[in-house]
Amino acid sequence: MPGSIKDRVAIVGMGCTQFGTHWDKGPGDLIVEAVQEAYEDAGINEERIGACYVGTLFSMGGRAVSEPLRMQYKPVTRLENACASGHEALRAGAYAIAAGIYDVVLCVGFEKLKDEGMSGLPGMENRTCTHYQSTMPGVFAMMANKYFDRYGIKPEEGKEMLAKISVKSHANGFLNPKSHLKRKLTIEQVMNAPIIAQPLGLFDCCGVSDGAAAAILCSPDIAKEFRPDPVYIKALQICAGPSTGRMLKNYDYTHVEESVRAAKAAYEEAGVKNPREEISMAEVHDCFSITEAVTMEDLGFSERGKVKDDIDAGTFHLDGKLPVQPDGGLKCFGHPIGASGIRMVYELYLQLQGRADKRQLKDPTLGLAHNMGGEPYMPLTSVVIVGN
Amino acid sequence: MAGITSFGAYIPWHRINRELFSGAWGGFNAPGERSVAYYDEDSLTMAVEAAIDCLGDEDAGKLDGLFFASTTSPYREKQCSPIMAMALDMRRDIRTADFNTSLRSGSIAMAQAVDTVKAGSAGRVMVAMADMRMGGLSGFNEQLIGDGGAAFIIGNDNVIAEIEEIYSISDELTGTWRSQNDVYVCSWEDRMIQDEGYTPVLTEAISGILKKTGLEAKDITKAVVDNPGDPRGHSKLLADLGFTPEQIQEPITMFMNVGFCGCAHAPMMLVSCLETAKPGDKILFAGSGAGADVMIMQVTDNIEKLPKKRGMSQHLAVKQPLERYNAILQWRDLVQIEAARRPEKQHNKISAIWRERKSILSLYGKKCNKCGCIQYDNGANSTGPIRICAECQSLDDFEDYRFADKQGEVFSFTNDQLAPTIDPPSSVVLIDFKEGGRAFFDLTDRVAEDVKIGMGVEMTFRKIHFDRGYVNYFWKARPVRFDN
Repeated sequence: MPGSIKDRVAIVGMGCTQFGTHWDKGPGDLIVEAVQEAYEDAGINEERIGACYVGTLFSMGGRAVSEPLRMQYKPVTRLENACASGHEALRAGAYAIAAGIYDVVLCVGFEKLKDEGMSGLPGMENRTCTHYQSTMPGVFAMMANKYFDRYGIKPEEGKEMLAKISVKSHANGFLNPKSHLKRKLTIEQVMNAPIIAQPLGLFDCCGVSDGAAAAILCSPDIAKEFRPDPVYIKALQICAGPSTGRMLKNYDYTHVEESVRAAKAAYEEAGVKNPREEISMAEVHDCFSITEAVTMEDLGFSERGKVKDDIDAGTFHLDGKLPVQPDGGLKCFGHPIGASGIRMVYELYLQLQGRADKRQLKDPTLGLAHNMGGEPYMPLTSVVIVGN
Repeated sequence: MAGITSFGAYIPWHRINRELFSGAWGGFNAPGERSVAYYDEDSLTMAVEAAIDCLGDEDAGKLDGLFFASTTSPYREKQCSPIMAMALDMRRDIRTADFNTSLRSGSIAMAQAVDTVKAGSAGRVMVAMADMRMGGLSGFNEQLIGDGGAAFIIGNDNVIAEIEEIYSISDELTGTWRSQNDVYVCSWEDRMIQDEGYTPVLTEAISGILKKTGLEAKDITKAVVDNPGDPRGHSKLLADLGFTPEQIQEPITMFMNVGFCGCAHAPMMLVSCLETAKPGDKILFAGSGAGADVMIMQVTDNIEKLPKKRGMSQHLAVKQPLERYNAILQWRDLVQIEAARRPEKQHNKISAIWRERKSILSLYGKKCNKCGCIQYDNGANSTGPIRICAECQSLDDFEDYRFADKQGEVFSFTNDQLAPTIDPPSSVVLIDFKEGGRAFFDLTDRVAEDVKIGMGVEMTFRKIHFDRGYVNYFWKARPVRFDN
């Protein structure tokens, strides 16, 4: 890699709405709330913003944000990169700062999903109408079945392993005032929930939520003009693969190659040698419990095929060695697609500044956020590392 | 002499015990069970299945024609045999024709194929027939009618049953009919159809062909005659013509297991007859409806060399009973089901489907000329095209590779309760083809609880999407149904 983003961009203001089913709020409400919080956090207003980058899956153009914010003729660009759209907006903003084109930019991620009259995402069929009839829970369920089969885990054991992941995230989400799902669960409740796609049950699946999140980025030399405790971007990586896991027999369906590659590049960019030891906390794309399990291995936090040992040991709990989803994750904080990437960084930012209240971890220094859009055999992934 | 060179049959996997009809509607039920085409099957897909059985290991590229017969063609305007020719992987320079509306469309198509071959217009012609008519709900026809198909190759070489004579009668009696707007079969009183249609017409036709050929009833090894109505009337007709019970291809097996399969019924009985026929046998075959076609066939020594077919016997044996009557109402879209709270399916894009027709209808993928990688792309954006090799990234350097006749193994699976499907859960499999290649497919004709990693699957041609009158056909996987 010829260049690195490490320490070339600072985050000096962030905002995030309550995530959830906002029947009484439209996308404009969510965007205004998240951006206003970020402005106040940085102590600025719209005049200071040089450009704006918007990550969202289902809206058209930059005006989706410029309109509700009544932005005064600024360069506003909408970016879409599946579930990594939020990280993509951050990346565009950070690169603009690093290039020296702007000194302060606004990055916004949002999604208003709860106007469809159903759970889940609006349709994404293929052009020839020949796509197999499976939902996202279905294709991740196939990953769980394959993981159990490959490592000789009995279906009941596998269900329990996954249940522990959801129980942990629900415990964290319970402590978070802005999370979508605030309910503590037991392993039995998770295991006995209705099946969505065998073997995944209701509580193996993340929330489908409305929400928005925003970040103010600036160049490091002016960062302390805004806040005494800026957070610095250490790595920003995106990875799209050839989508051949469903075509070639060498794909094992128990890992996500794009996550492995994005993480490797991010560690190199941030100078991380041993992620399990050096990363203080992580917010990963736990769209389903199995996804979090496999991601622990893909990010190098757990050994291949051994994540069960770490789950059993509580490694990823708030009081564990490497807390994962301190804010509740997609599972409980919720998953408004375009907002999620920036929401993850929002939690890392609060933790690094010591502002995470009941969830506060002890002296974190480096946080990792990971997104994954699409099926395990052909996703788009992102890994972002921030630190103080 | 022109004749049959191969045969095949198809009976849907699903059967319904007729007790479920009286259980649902009250009244009484006939004994036995009938076949029920699955929600993703129609007459076209059943005819393709029968044709695949008929072909066996033969190369469809060597056939010169394809005739499709059905009174339940999926289209009122649109020829179906070219869709089937794609599914079967036939050439473009062939004679195709659809024979519709008559309950003897099957025998008409066979007679036309014989004449086409005799005239030298085609060397070998595939004739495939299937029907899935519907009797009015709660009525007796709903119990008696079944779904199924048959197929024959007509040619001059390696003939297993020479067709020595064909004799036809045209007769006007509106006994059963469906207008342009009817979904269910309409009919006049069955006694009149028996007394003034079926019995005198078949008597005239069978007597006529015997006279024309100088044969007597005793010269016939088996009389294969359909029975659109009471099977007892069928036996009386043939007894009155001088046939002994041993000479009659019995109609009871079809009645008790399958039901009356419209224009495919007599051909399916003929398949049963040919499965046990011996060299030297003389067969009288008749299809009836608004007249009759009768044929005299001479079985040759070649029948002993014909590879074993799934035929009627294996299809009869491998089946899945329905647990509830209302499955039929769902599968035939006869009741309005509450829409799933899922995204509505998009409209078919005929241009997109057309340009990938070889991938979709013929199930062709690619084999890389550089690295040998066998690949099929049933992708998130579209099925096909493959321009760059998934393995070595070579550009446009492939030969076409057909997956339709290949078996595979389940690499992983799910039973998805959320995906909207007519018979939930949606069983989806990622399969590794034994000879190379991997792809996702819907799994049909399955018991969801039995789906396992490592399970053997084969490909079957099905309806995948119906929208605004257009049927999108594609291939699905199914658990291997037969040994051969």
